[in-house]
Amino acid sequence: MTQAAAAAKPPVAPGPAKRRSQGGGGGLFALTPTSGIGLGICLLWFTILVMLPLAAVTVASVEGGLGSFWNTLTDAQTFAALRLTVLEAAGVTVINAVVGTVIAWVLVRDQFWGKRIIDVVIDIPFALPTIVAGLVLLSLYGPQSPVGINIVNTRTGIFMALLFVTLPFVVRTVQPVLLELEGDVEEAAASLGASRATTFRRVILPSLVPAIAAGSSLGFARAISEFGSLVLISGNTPFKTEVASLKILKFLEGDNQAGAAAVAVLLLLVAVVVIVALDLISRRAARRA
Amino acid sequence: MPDTRHIRRQKGPVMIGMRVFVILYLFFLIAWPVSEVVKRTFAPVEQGAEGGFGAFWERLQDPAVQYAFSLTGTVALWAVIINTVFGVGISLLLVRYRFPGRRVLSVLVDLPMSVSPVVVGLALVLAYSSGSGWFGERLEGAGIFIIASTPGLIMATAFVSLPLVIREVVPTLQEIGTDSEMAAHSLGAGGWQTFRRITLPSIKWAVVYGVVLSMARSLGEFGAVKIVSRGAEFQGETATLLIQNRYNNFDESVAYAAAFVLVMASVLALVVVSLIRKEDHS
Repeated sequence: MTQAAAAAKPPVAPGPAKRRSQGGGGGLFALTPTSGIGLGICLLWFTILVMLPLAAVTVASVEGGLGSFWNTLTDAQTFAALRLTVLEAAGVTVINAVVGTVIAWVLVRDQFWGKRIIDVVIDIPFALPTIVAGLVLLSLYGPQSPVGINIVNTRTGIFMALLFVTLPFVVRTVQPVLLELEGDVEEAAASLGASRATTFRRVILPSLVPAIAAGSSLGFARAISEFGSLVLISGNTPFKTEVASLKILKFLEGDNQAGAAAVAVLLLLVAVVVIVALDLISRRAARRA
Repeated sequence: MPDTRHIRRQKGPVMIGMRVFVILYLFFLIAWPVSEVVKRTFAPVEQGAEGGFGAFWERLQDPAVQYAFSLTGTVALWAVIINTVFGVGISLLLVRYRFPGRRVLSVLVDLPMSVSPVVVGLALVLAYSSGSGWFGERLEGAGIFIIASTPGLIMATAFVSLPLVIREVVPTLQEIGTDSEMAAHSLGAGGWQTFRRITLPSIKWAVVYGVVLSMARSLGEFGAVKIVSRGAEFQGETATLLIQNRYNNFDESVAYAAAFVLVMASVLALVVVSLIRKEDHS
């Protein structure tokens, strides 16, 4: 089952175990002429592909001055879209932190027929293309729904789509930690008279917190930036179902590149904060281990 | 761990409750909707659309659908090749060599995974579009068009799947250490020979694994491609864009047929990945 868990690792490093550590794993050599050229080529490509375009977004967002950047973001319609995005993402993150931990718990500690199927089902949201994820939800909860529910152009629809695409993050970061947890500490707690609830709260939960935090921040970043699965579901109605990524698209279609860049820079900032936070979490965990 | 079994095996009402909750949650959120897609692929609810495998196959023969899938295939192939070459290169540099900015680079290579695909598309447009990009005019002068043509699609796809190979190869490189590489070196092997005969065989499965993940991701990329591509039929319409366009144009049955193909591709990727894991661990 560890294999299955590793198979659907979240897009960014899942937990402390697999993170690259500073100077770990073998000696570090000084650059030779050949590897120096290699480094040059790699950095050149990385700059062309990633750094220059991201710099272009950042510059474009403040091209009209900080004032216009600020005006774009505080414009009532844009602000409503940003607020909705953050609130939905926060709500989804809270639910995932709890439900994801429960699912991981059931996968590791419970035994029943069909558990393997659940393990596979968890991986589906990562494997599906995002546009297909949207279509999947619409086929059951969209127009012509066999159950008579239509989530198109509702905030509930956005919420469900985000729950769908972010489901595996917490499960797959907590599961390996739970697997490696030694039973003897729990036994000691139980033998000292702690109830199962107390054991969970005082003994198990503290060791799961870094993993839950890592999974939640990955999920939050994903929810904030989600686009593909929302395109078909969100009706993109201003003040009601417009989210940040769709707002960028709308700005672009209206030929307002500065506006698009302003919102994009905010999303970029969230992404940077999350990866730096994850790097710090994993470094701290590695130091403790 | 036989002595801890009795703790782990206790089944109170809480455990049963959680089990039922998890099953219901996953059923309503994932399993049922996914099965509904399969159902609609072969039994469309659309007026006048035929059901069955023959009709499904017929829909995929539409020239626009064929174009979309061949474009998606081409783009994904190039993106994967580029990411594999640079992925292995960057991993080797990060793990084996010491250079200023190494730590920063190791954090930055993860960035493409957490940036919104829309932002990726926008960034490429702002840098390279011939109308308003930083380098657009100069590239246009040299006869190179990136945005709204295939190179742009390849760059967008390579951007979003960039870290996948690196993240598989880096931990493996760290694990194998440098002993055998040093031994090869002291026996007179050159850099390339050491890489080909010693390093590459030991990171083989990590590379394959990264390639499969990149392939799956590349075939399904939507957001970045949406911004970069013109997205019209026969004009940069990839498979995922086709799904969106057809769904919005009330041509649902084709959208479902194309979606089903992508679902099968991702299921295949999941299966291959779990087989590789077994191979790797044995």
